[in-house]
Amino acid sequence: MAGSATSAIEVIGRGHPWLSLAPALCVIAVLFGGGLVLGLAGSFGMGRGGAGVDAWIAVLSEGRVWRSLGLSLWIAFASTALACLIGLGAALLLRRRFPGQGLARLLFQINLTIPHAVGALGILWLLSQSGFVSRLSAGAGLIDGPAGFPALTQDRFAIGIIAHYVWKEVPFIGLILLANMQSLGDDPESAARSLGASPFAAMRLVLLPLLMPALIRAGAIVFAFSFGAWEVPVLLGQSAPVALPVLAWQRFTDPDLATRPEAMAIAMLIALVAALLIRVAMVRR
Amino acid sequence: MSARWRLVLGLMLVVASMAPLLPLGLWSVARGWYFPQILPATWTLEPWARALSPRSDIPEAFVTTTAIALAAAALSLVLGIPAGRALGLYRFRGKALVELALLAPVIVPGIAVGLGIHGVFLRLGLTNSALGVVLVHLVPTLPYVVFVMSGVFANYDAAAEAQARSLGARPLQVLWHVMLPAIAPGVAVAGLFAFLVSWSQYILTLTIGGGRVVTLPLLLYAQAGAGRNDQAGVLAVLSLAPGLVILALVARRITGRGVMIGGAG
Repeated sequence: MAGSATSAIEVIGRGHPWLSLAPALCVIAVLFGGGLVLGLAGSFGMGRGGAGVDAWIAVLSEGRVWRSLGLSLWIAFASTALACLIGLGAALLLRRRFPGQGLARLLFQINLTIPHAVGALGILWLLSQSGFVSRLSAGAGLIDGPAGFPALTQDRFAIGIIAHYVWKEVPFIGLILLANMQSLGDDPESAARSLGASPFAAMRLVLLPLLMPALIRAGAIVFAFSFGAWEVPVLLGQSAPVALPVLAWQRFTDPDLATRPEAMAIAMLIALVAALLIRVAMVRR
Repeated sequence: MSARWRLVLGLMLVVASMAPLLPLGLWSVARGWYFPQILPATWTLEPWARALSPRSDIPEAFVTTTAIALAAAALSLVLGIPAGRALGLYRFRGKALVELALLAPVIVPGIAVGLGIHGVFLRLGLTNSALGVVLVHLVPTLPYVVFVMSGVFANYDAAAEAQARSLGARPLQVLWHVMLPAIAPGVAVAGLFAFLVSWSQYILTLTIGGGRVVTLPLLLYAQAGAGRNDQAGVLAVLSLAPGLVILALVARRITGRGVMIGGAG
């Protein structure tokens, strides 16, 4: 890249990069930046005739908000850990040749393109107590009726929500790791093997550390998404406690407009968690 | 691990990936598919006929969703190609900050900014309109296009432009005959996936569209919530279609970088 960058600057050095960047940056600044600023202002009650920290005090002293925060953190941690683990396994599996590998890779990519709303409905119809798996269990004589099937959706432990995110994000993690493995090649591991390392040791001590930066970045994206998405917990979650984004939306759409600043404050809490993630996982050190 | 084990595990992976799609497809061709029937007792195309009939609101939602996604993808390309060129070809002070500013919208969840954007658009008179929905979809689609295009331009040889210039080509001719053919495959991938990201949006559409701009994901939840599973099944299959077509078109071009930005959304 260095060579082409130098020549490019010499060649078309007349225009300045900021000129090309300006339109895109302006749009992001107005929409994204404006959205954050107005959300923050709204959480302090500005724009409705007063400014104060009432909404923040109300939100931070409310047990329901903390329970929702805890639930969303649980969903995000569990989904990210499982997706990273299974995604790594899938990448290790799919990088070696076996019959049907090409087809497996293609099918593996399919659910990257599936909208979350569609996937969440599929998980509901698959795992609910009258869903497809439950019917298979009944057909096999394992259960007598829907009530005999464990509650896997709209349940206390958010199993359905986590199942959705794992299902959706394993290919995401897996394909990123596969791309990284391909660009690393076999050399680092072969070198370790030729020095006497076992296959597992070569994987754990050589390959895994090399993949770690990509895994951390991809994991951060999965964490942020599973923490902050609305359409999945609204369909697959129980009615109380609800995930934090669902709670924000409930306050936002409440007929009582006085709860709007609270909705904004909860939205800012979600943004704050995302900002911490960017700080921890994304900023180059 | 032996090849046989790889085959078995690969098969499990594929089955698990496809499993949630099975009930969606089955509901779209079933009538009264109740517990404990494993497969529908009556197979019928009636749900499709009803979904496509003039009295259904599904065709209109299909057109709305497509038009919004096309507009969002086109706008993202217009804004994102120059930005991607700047990031891919140049080194300059503040570049890391620019990349961070473009990464933030990818990480920060839609609802966190959507409620504030609603305030912005309320002042601009853009709420409850398709135009507002297109603009708000730029938040997830534009950074995606910029990052894909910056990857494309990082591998682009700008020296060819100088050669064309020295042979007498005008700047616009250089853009059209030298740059565009070189970046066209990347533009196609970026555009198709920007389309897909917009096509899949839910909460941003609902926040800014206020329920007046009805897209397929909104109808999907409305029908499923009303217990009309056959119509929800049709909507689910319709919503899957563009992704499958696009994947078939670009399967070999999906790289880690493109996946990195667009896959989670």
